[in-house]
Amino acid sequence: MKWEVVIGLEVHTQLTTKSKIFSPASTAFGAAPNTQTAVVDIALPGALPVMNRAAVERAIQFGLAIGANVKRRSVFDRKNYFYPDLPKGYQISQMDLPIVEGGVITIQVGLETRSINLTRAHLEEDAGKSLHEDYQGMTGIDLNRAGTPLLEIVSEPEMRSSAEAVAYAKALYELVTWIGICDGNMSEGSFRVDANVSVRPVGQVELGTRREIKNLNSFKFLQQAIDYEIRWQIETIEDGGRVVQGTVLFDPDKGETRMMRSKEDAHDYRYFPDPDLPPLVISEEWIERVRSELPELPVAMQARFIEQYGISAYDARMLTSSKILAAYFEATVAAGADAKLAANWIMGDISATLNREEKTIADCPISAAALGALIARISDNTINNKTAKDVLKKMWESGATADVIIERDGLKQESDTGAIEAIVDTVLAANPKAIEEYRSGKEKALNALVGQVMKGSGGKANPAMALELLKKKVG
Amino acid sequence: MSLSIDDVQRIARLARIAVTENEVIESHKQLNQLFSLIEEMRSIDTTGVEPMPHPQDMLLRLRDDVATATNRREAFQAIAPAVENGLYLVPKVIE
Repeated sequence: MKWEVVIGLEVHTQLTTKSKIFSPASTAFGAAPNTQTAVVDIALPGALPVMNRAAVERAIQFGLAIGANVKRRSVFDRKNYFYPDLPKGYQISQMDLPIVEGGVITIQVGLETRSINLTRAHLEEDAGKSLHEDYQGMTGIDLNRAGTPLLEIVSEPEMRSSAEAVAYAKALYELVTWIGICDGNMSEGSFRVDANVSVRPVGQVELGTRREIKNLNSFKFLQQAIDYEIRWQIETIEDGGRVVQGTVLFDPDKGETRMMRSKEDAHDYRYFPDPDLPPLVISEEWIERVRSELPELPVAMQARFIEQYGISAYDARMLTSSKILAAYFEATVAAGADAKLAANWIMGDISATLNREEKTIADCPISAAALGALIARISDNTINNKTAKDVLKKMWESGATADVIIERDGLKQESDTGAIEAIVDTVLAANPKAIEEYRSGKEKALNALVGQVMKGSGGKANPAMALELLKKKVG
Repeated sequence: MSLSIDDVQRIARLARIAVTENEVIESHKQLNQLFSLIEEMRSIDTTGVEPMPHPQDMLLRLRDDVATATNRREAFQAIAPAVENGLYLVPKVIE
């Protein structure tokens, strides 16, 4: 039987506010336990929540960036459940009237572009942390994270493979970090993904029974967990079993998902509007101000790059994978580099070296201006491409500019016809067979000789000029 | 709408309330009385009436994003039953 996979994602993004969503405690990561809590966060009786304007503004930014409906009026609800890292006994969230409804994220898988619709995005507070190491047989609770603002972003179940789910999660990640509402630090839990996965026979209209994989904090785990879950569900059904709706956890060491709780045990959250918080009303003026302050978004920037710089759609997409990379590219071009060469160098040698050294473009030791100056020396024929790679390596290590290194190491390309001619003559004299082959119609025979001329010049000959001279002499 | 005996037992389990068989039967009766009251209220035609999420006609107050809270861990933990290394200690919970 052929199976179709159905995936929807729920992503919790921590918003980049200085203080918590309902209290004036700091949200900074890594403080000593329970030193960043206010009366609201530890739920002292009578403490009342007061909404953080910046958290609302981040949600508006997101809604506008995905073309969603930013609700002029939304409501906060209590989601009741018992767990010690939630001292109030309920999480403040939004159920029936979330701040953002709808919207679209465009993803690219291979050559195919797809639009994934979003259901909603709502504001809520994070819970604290439970530490299960042995504290006299008890559990330790740190409430520093309790009350950190979250935007939970829910997609429609429109993804059909783990590759699409990862592409969606990455596109979303790129967007929230691009507009600056989330710092994107996945190891600190700033971007956490839950995946709802089900399978159904191809052609069947109703959805299969889904299981929800909780709390995936890397794209690799997201892919592995979904792939495992799909195989497990198909095998279970084909072996005559049935999938029971429930929540599962992914164990990265074993590469497996395992049941945490079934639907029978599902919490009944008893949602109701929080009497402490009247409705959130957002004015047109506020929305228009946020709209006017939004940066150019990746999709728009890609289109502009293709149009303005004449680079390929693929290059434009790669260069806009982060705002800082896009800025680096534009600064390189502004410093005098040819745009296509700049794209090739940034995605080639620069990216490769950064990867090898486990750095990001933000820590690149070569500034965009310095790279631009190097590329300009290729375009004006001062050095050839191969020499440029060596110069780049030296720039990386020493921090010197391209011009200084070219001058110091005598790397200037030899474009003096006389000097190259002498080398060409020597090479031709030593290779009568290649000449014969070329004359009998084998065009390629001379290419090998260009290499020898380059070698004879210590790599400094202009290869195009060498080929031209060879042809002239033989022809 | 009315509840079954099973529903009552499930609610009790979710709310972590231990109930005896007699209590289940009694609660079942009382809860269903409540439901009939709700039923009566639901029979009122509210077409065109916008639901009020809050009994008072107020708007949410917003504050500026400034972290002004100071560290009051010592005072907070002075009234906690058990603490260690700055953590609140609670009976072991592993889900």
